[in-house]
Amino acid sequence: MADPMRIRAQLAGDKIDVRVLMAHEMETGQRKDAAGKVVPAWFIQSVSATCNGKTVLSAQWGPSISKNPTLAFRFSGAKVGDKVVVTWVDNRGDKRSDEATITAAS
Amino acid sequence: MNRRDALKASSGTVVMALAASAGLLRPEFAVAQEWNKTAFDSKSLNEVVKALGGTAAVESKDVFFVNAPDIAENGAVVPIGATSKIPNTESISILVEKNPNALSATFTIPDGTEPTISTRVKMGQTSNIYALVKADGKYFYAVKEVKVTLGGCGG
Repeated sequence: MADPMRIRAQLAGDKIDVRVLMAHEMETGQRKDAAGKVVPAWFIQSVSATCNGKTVLSAQWGPSISKNPTLAFRFSGAKVGDKVVVTWVDNRGDKRSDEATITAAS
Repeated sequence: MNRRDALKASSGTVVMALAASAGLLRPEFAVAQEWNKTAFDSKSLNEVVKALGGTAAVESKDVFFVNAPDIAENGAVVPIGATSKIPNTESISILVEKNPNALSATFTIPDGTEPTISTRVKMGQTSNIYALVKADGKYFYAVKEVKVTLGGCGG
């Protein structure tokens, strides 16, 4: 199981500002190891974020997203205390889901 | 794209993507939505637009980059943000023209979510980057050159 994501969901005005940091190698499949063998691609393929059962963002990624990917977006229609759940699936079928509670702006 | 084209494409992924974007699939299935291999194998903006189900993209002043640098010192981590002022924006994609495969990411924007996303991509070399926006079934893009002083692909 991969390391947990770090998620911050903060109320900013009437929108929720979400920032996610995922822990993933994001290997491109282009690189060769010391022995000259191609390192197989290993990357997150799909990401989705939901809040109160509603999808607020979904994405498909290729291997050219940076190692330990970040993601930032904003959505409306939620309040402080609601939970934002972020899930990713990589090309090996590994999956990770984490959640964060929406906090008030500090 | 009409139904006949959709069937002709027959890769299944295209049909799935269309079905999902049309909201035929329930949200919980969106995660399991099949990865659009054709789009991610494409080498150019036009190929990506076709793989996503469009015909052609036009340049638009209502698509902007945010946070994208003019010069990236490290091609392995290039922050890219894109925003769209076009009404009914359905998705935003990020493309790097000179990467081995152009498409980096496609974000689907449901109602209630701002059409602004940011993430970080790898760039093999200095290249044009595109923000491709789908709104009302049409495709629009913005382009910007990012100079890379140290490549992020290979090693």
